[in-house]
Formats: sequence, C-alpha cells, structure tokens
Amino acid sequence: METVKDLLIILISSSLISNVVLSQFLGLCPFLGVSKKMNTAAGMGTAVIFVITLASAVAGVIYKFILVPLDLTYLQTIVFILVIAALVQFVEMFLKKFMSALYKALGVYLPLITTNCAVLGVALTNVQKNYGILQGIVNGFATAAGFTISIVILAGIREKMQYNDIPKSFRGMPIVLVTAGLMAIAFCGFSGLL
Amino acid sequence: MKENSALERLKNGIITENPTFVLTLGMCPTLAVTTSAINGLGMGLTTMAVLALSNMFISMLRKVIPDKVRIPAFIVIIASFVTVVELLLKAFIPSLYDALGLYIPLIVVNCIILGRAEAYASKNKVIPSLFDGIGMGLGFTLALTIIGAVRELIGAGQLFNIQVMPDSYVPCSIFVLAPGAFFVLAALTAIQNKIRINGEKKGRDMSKIQSGCGGDCMNCNKEEAEHGNC
Repeated sequence: METVKDLLIILISSSLISNVVLSQFLGLCPFLGVSKKMNTAAGMGTAVIFVITLASAVAGVIYKFILVPLDLTYLQTIVFILVIAALVQFVEMFLKKFMSALYKALGVYLPLITTNCAVLGVALTNVQKNYGILQGIVNGFATAAGFTISIVILAGIREKMQYNDIPKSFRGMPIVLVTAGLMAIAFCGFSGLL
Repeated sequence: MKENSALERLKNGIITENPTFVLTLGMCPTLAVTTSAINGLGMGLTTMAVLALSNMFISMLRKVIPDKVRIPAFIVIIASFVTVVELLLKAFIPSLYDALGLYIPLIVVNCIILGRAEAYASKNKVIPSLFDGIGMGLGFTLALTIIGAVRELIGAGQLFNIQVMPDSYVPCSIFVLAPGAFFVLAALTAIQNKIRINGEKKGRDMSKIQSGCGGDCMNCNKEEAEHGNC
C-alpha cells in the first residue's frame, strides 16, 4: 500500500502543485503557441502525455541499466536528448504505418514535441529525485497531464477572449501572458493540497 | 560598421537582435531563473559560455558536418558543452549550481543556441561566429539581469541581495513567485508591441521584432517562418 500512496502523491504534486508550465516554466513555447483553439490544444496535450510517458519510461530504463552500471551518469544530458529525439521520430514512423487514425489525430504535433523542454526536464527530474522506473513513468504521466490541464484551460479562456476589447499594445502575446499569470496564481492555491 | 566584424556582431547581439527583448527567444529559462538579479546574471553568463563555445566549434566543423544530419550533430555538440559547463559549475561555484538546478542541463534546449548555430555559425567563419555567440550571450545576460533586478526590486525590495528600498516598503512577494514572471514578461511584450506599432506608423521596418515562438523552440526560426504561423 505504501508504494501506491507514494505514486498517488507523485501524481498529485506533479500535475497540480508544481505544475510544469505554471510553476516550472517548462514547455512554455507550445503552451503559448498552440493554445489558440480548444481542439488543437487538446490534441497537443494528448500527444504530450503520450510522448512524455513513453520518454520517461525509456530514459529510466536506459539510465538504470546502461548509464549506472557503466558509471557514465555524467553523460545523462547528451544521452537523454538524443534518446528523446530518436524516440519521437520512431513513434511518428510507427504510428504512420500501423495506427493511421491515431497518426492523423496526433501526427502534426509530434515533431513539435521533440525539443519541448518539458520532455527533457521530466527525464532529468526523475534522475534528480532518484525515482525508480515505475515512479518515473507516473511522474512523467502526471507532469504531462498537468501540461494538458493548463493548456486546455488557457485555450478555453483565449477562445472567449477574442470578443473582448483589449488595449492595442496588449493584444496578442501580452494578454495571454497576463492570463497565464492569473492562472499561475490560481494554481498556487493547490500548494496546500498535500 | 563593417558587416561580420567582431564589433558589429557584439552590437547585433546586444542591441539590434537582442535575443530576449527583440527576438523573444529562450523564454523558459528567462522566466524560471530571474527571481533575483544575481541568478539572472549567473544564468546569462552560463548560457553565454555555452553559446560562444558551441558557435565556435560548429563554425569550425561547418564543412565536415553533412547537411542531412546537421541538427543532431549540433545537438550533440551543444549538449557536450552544457555537460562541461555543468560539471565546472558544480565543482567551482556550487551555490550558483544549486540556485539554477535543473535549468543548467536544460540550456541544451534553449532555442537561442540552436537558433544561432543554424542561422549563423553553420554559415560563417570561426571568429565572427565566436563573437556572434559572445554578443548574443551578452544580450541575453543583460536582459536576464534586468528582468531579475526588476523582479527582485519589486518582490523583495533588494538589488543583488542589498536592501535598497526604505524599510517602510512592503515587498510584493508575488513578483518573485511564478505568477510574477508571467506579469513581467507580459509588460515586456506589451512595451515591445507599443514600440512596433509606433515604428510602423513612422514607416520603419519592424519585422525583426517577434513576439514569442509558437510550437517548439528548436524549429522556431526556420519552420515558423516557412509556415508563417508565429
């Protein structure tokens, strides 16, 4: 039971309390760039969940069974970024060939994720916090879920905001950033959760 | 000033194409580590070291690296220098290493570095590339220090850990927390917009000023320009 409790704590703290975008500022580019419409935001979120969960599993296995036994842990940054880039390419090819429906839904977002800093960030956090492979996967999933929650909320607000009268110099990016700041304040409220 | 001279490259990086204030690149570290002026300065200088070294190295190898695999090759070079700098910081400036934490290895995915490798170093000679890296790095450092100083001043009443505001000032601590970063950046991009709108009214070419990159960091220079959805 103890392990289940640990995993639940990771799940809540990574998705809500230390939200990847709103409190750690990782994955900010897609967060601001792909949040104009609700359905593209949801598509991006799904693709990110898929890739980050897979990447944290693969990076965890590589770290534990290759880098640690060979005493090469100082190479983690180089290895992780290459593994992530290769993985995304591979996933894209696999989906294209075998799951064309899923590819149609997620395909356009996959190349955009390769260098999303959140993917590398999660892999490195898992190592930093000494997470095992299962904990790492849960952390990856939770982080990505947190990303999806915040990008979908932002997209919802932006859709409504189109009809508002905004001062000229605040149109576009500035008002989105103000919105993100207000969301970050709201997410600060989760810090009492655990 | 002669194009591609060392001095012109420095000026280009600091003023004409300042990565933060003009191009709006590398926003993740800009927001995350600017809780104080000293952290901003440290992050800026660390990035500058990586940027100058990788620019120089990529420029040296520009004729050796095949065009098709250039992006992975650049990433390996950048990641190697980031690892070197990370280990040096851990050994010699542990306080900065602890303060910046996860954001040091994440310099790898800072779009400024790959952006400069792709846009400048892979096409130009070694010395201009080195100075391009130093100039861009200085511009980034300057911007991060300014943003850090503003946040520290409003959020803690201090500058470089020295109390500057009178005792009666009540610090608005939200500015050193996560939401403050968004608000400061919002103000910054609003000023940028204002300058662009005014400049366009006067008929100047303001196309250099960009407001953030959509999609992902690494492809933001070329792909965004191609697809035009920035």
